[in-house]
Amino acid sequence: MIWETVRLSLRSIRRNVLRSFLTLLGIVIGVAAVIAMLTIGSGTTEKVKADISKLGSNLLVVRAGRPAGPGGPGGLDQAVRPLAEKDVTALVAHLSGARAISPASQKQVRVIFGTESLTSGVTGTDSAYLDARDWKLVSGRSFSDSETRAGTGVCLIGETVRQQFFGAGDPEGEVIRVNRTSCKIIGLLEPKGYTGFGQDQDNVVLMPLHAYQRRIAGNRDIDSIYIAADDRTPTTELQPRVEDILRDTRRVTPDRDDDFSIRDMTQIADAMTSATTTMTGMLGAVAGVSLLVGGIGIMNIMLVSVTERTREIGIRLAIGAHEKHILIQFLVEATVLSLLGGIIGILIGLSLAGLASMALTIPFAPSPAVILLAVGFSALIGMVFGFFPALRGARLDPIDALRHE
Amino acid sequence: MSAPLLITFDKVWKSYGEGEARVHALAGVDLAIRRGEFVAIMGPSGSGKSTAMNIIGCLDTPTAGTYSFMGVDAGRLDRNRRALLRNLYVGFVFQGYNLLPRTTAAENVELPLIYRGVAARERRDLAMQALAQVGLVGREHHTPAELSGGQQQRVAIARAIVTMPTLLVADEPTGNLDTARTHEIMELLTRLNADLGLSIVMVTHEADVADYAGRTIRFLDGHVASDTLKAEAAA
Repeated sequence: MIWETVRLSLRSIRRNVLRSFLTLLGIVIGVAAVIAMLTIGSGTTEKVKADISKLGSNLLVVRAGRPAGPGGPGGLDQAVRPLAEKDVTALVAHLSGARAISPASQKQVRVIFGTESLTSGVTGTDSAYLDARDWKLVSGRSFSDSETRAGTGVCLIGETVRQQFFGAGDPEGEVIRVNRTSCKIIGLLEPKGYTGFGQDQDNVVLMPLHAYQRRIAGNRDIDSIYIAADDRTPTTELQPRVEDILRDTRRVTPDRDDDFSIRDMTQIADAMTSATTTMTGMLGAVAGVSLLVGGIGIMNIMLVSVTERTREIGIRLAIGAHEKHILIQFLVEATVLSLLGGIIGILIGLSLAGLASMALTIPFAPSPAVILLAVGFSALIGMVFGFFPALRGARLDPIDALRHE
Repeated sequence: MSAPLLITFDKVWKSYGEGEARVHALAGVDLAIRRGEFVAIMGPSGSGKSTAMNIIGCLDTPTAGTYSFMGVDAGRLDRNRRALLRNLYVGFVFQGYNLLPRTTAAENVELPLIYRGVAARERRDLAMQALAQVGLVGREHHTPAELSGGQQQRVAIARAIVTMPTLLVADEPTGNLDTARTHEIMELLTRLNADLGLSIVMVTHEADVADYAGRTIRFLDGHVASDTLKAEAAA
C-alpha cells in the first residue's frame, strides 16, 4: 500500500515536471546552502586548527610588558623592561614540566645573496627553538651549543628564502648577507606554509641569539621566550609556574602586576576554533531559514495540487477510498517531493563546498551526520508542510468534489 | 418479487439551508428496491433525483428518516464506514466518465482494488477480466485521452464492476454520448444486469434510455410522482 502510494506520488510529480521542479527549488536551495555552509565551515575549522598547530602545540609565549588588558595594550604607563638572558636561565634551571625553553628575538631585515635580495624575518635564538616550535630540518644541522654561546655567523633558512636565492638547489655551505654581516647556511627548515592570517612562515632566517644581538639588534634584549610543555603537563598548569619563576627573577613585588605577559597558544587555538564553530553554526542557521521558506513553498504547491485534483479526490472517495488513504497519498507526495529536493540540494551543496574548498585551499570535509540530518530534515519538512493540504484533501465531501470543475 | 430487499427509504428527508431559505430536496420519500432490479430514476432538475441517487450510493445521508442498504442503517454511518460500504458493495458510473487523466485504462480499473488492499498481480488479472467484460481487450494501456467517449465510459463501467459490487449507481451514463454509443452502453448495462444479476440504479432524463430499465421511478418536487414496471407500462 505504501509502496503503491510512493509510486503514485512519483507519477504525479513526473506529470508536472516543471511545477515540481519549481517547488523543489526552495528545498534544493535551502539544503544546498546548509550543506555548503556547514561543510565549508568544518573545513575552515580544520584549517584553523592545522594552522595553529603549525605555530607549535602546547606552547607558552612570554613577552615583555604587562598583559594586554581591557584597556588595550599594557605597559604604556611605564617603561617596558625587556626580557633578559637571566630570565631564560632561571626558567631552564627551575621550571618543571617543560620540554623545551628557548629565547627568541626577531626583526625584519634585508637578506642578500649575490644580486638577489629579500626582506625576511630574522630570528636570533638557540637550538631548543626548533623543538619548542615543533619545527624540523629538511637537511643540514641545527646550531651547536658552542655556536650559540659564541654567536657564530651561521644560520638556518626557510623554504621561501631558499627558493628566492637558490631555486631548487642545495643552499648548505653558501654564505648570505644579513644586514651588514655574513652568515653561513648550515641547515634548511621544513616548509610550514602560510598562517591563517596570510603570513609566510617560511620567509625566515634563524641565527644564534648572540650573533643576532651583536650584529643585528645591537642590544642584549630578548623579545620572547617560547616554552613547550611536555606531554604530561597541560599548559594551564605550566603557566602559573612560569609566572612565579619570572616574578621572582625579575623581582616583581607582590603589590605590582606582572611586567611580562604569557600567551597560551592552546587557548588561542581553542578560542579560534570555537569562533569558527560559532560562525559556522550561525551561517548554518541562516541557511536553515531558507529551508523553512522552502517548506512553505511545498505547502503552497500542495494546496494548489489538492485544489486542482479535487475531482480526482472525489473519484477516489466515491470508489471507496478511506480518508486516511487520501491523507497518506498527499502526505507521501509532499514528502517524496521535498526528499527529492533534499537529495538534489545535498549534491549541489557538496559540489559548491568542494569548489569553495579548492578556491580557499581549505580541506573538503563533508560530514555524514550533516548529510543524514539534511535528508531527515527535508523529509520532515515535506511531512509537516504537506499535512495541512493533505488533511484538507482528505476532508473533502465526495459529492462536492465530484461536482468540482 | 421474491428477491431480498436491497434498498429501502423510510420517510427520507433531505433538507438544505436554514429557516426561510430551507429547501427540501427530498420530502419524506418511501421507496424499496430489490436485488437484481434495473431501475431508472427520472425527473426534471431540482426534483430530488440526484439527491436520492447520492443517498442510494451511500455518498450522502438523509436529514431525517431511515435509509437502509442491505439491511444496514447506512444513513447513520460515518463517512469512513460509508466509504467501506461503497468500496465493498457499490460501483459508480458518472456522466463525465471521471477517469483519472494520464492514467491507463487498466490502472483506472484497478483503482478500487488498491483501496481494498488487493495484491498487484491479482489486481491486474481482475482488471483485465473487467475490461474483457466491457469489450475493451487490447485497450488496457490507453489513457483516457486516447479513447473515445464510449470507450471511456466502458472503462468507467469496468472500474465499477471490477469489485463485483451488489449495486451499480449510474448518473446519466449516456449523457455525453451519441445515439449509437448510447445504445451500446445501455446494451452493456442490460447484459450486466441480466448475466451477473447486478442491481442497477440509473439516473437519466431520456425516456428511451429509461426504457432499458425494468422499472422507472419519476421524482417531482422531492416526492415520488410515479413508479412503473416495464411490464405494466407495456400492458
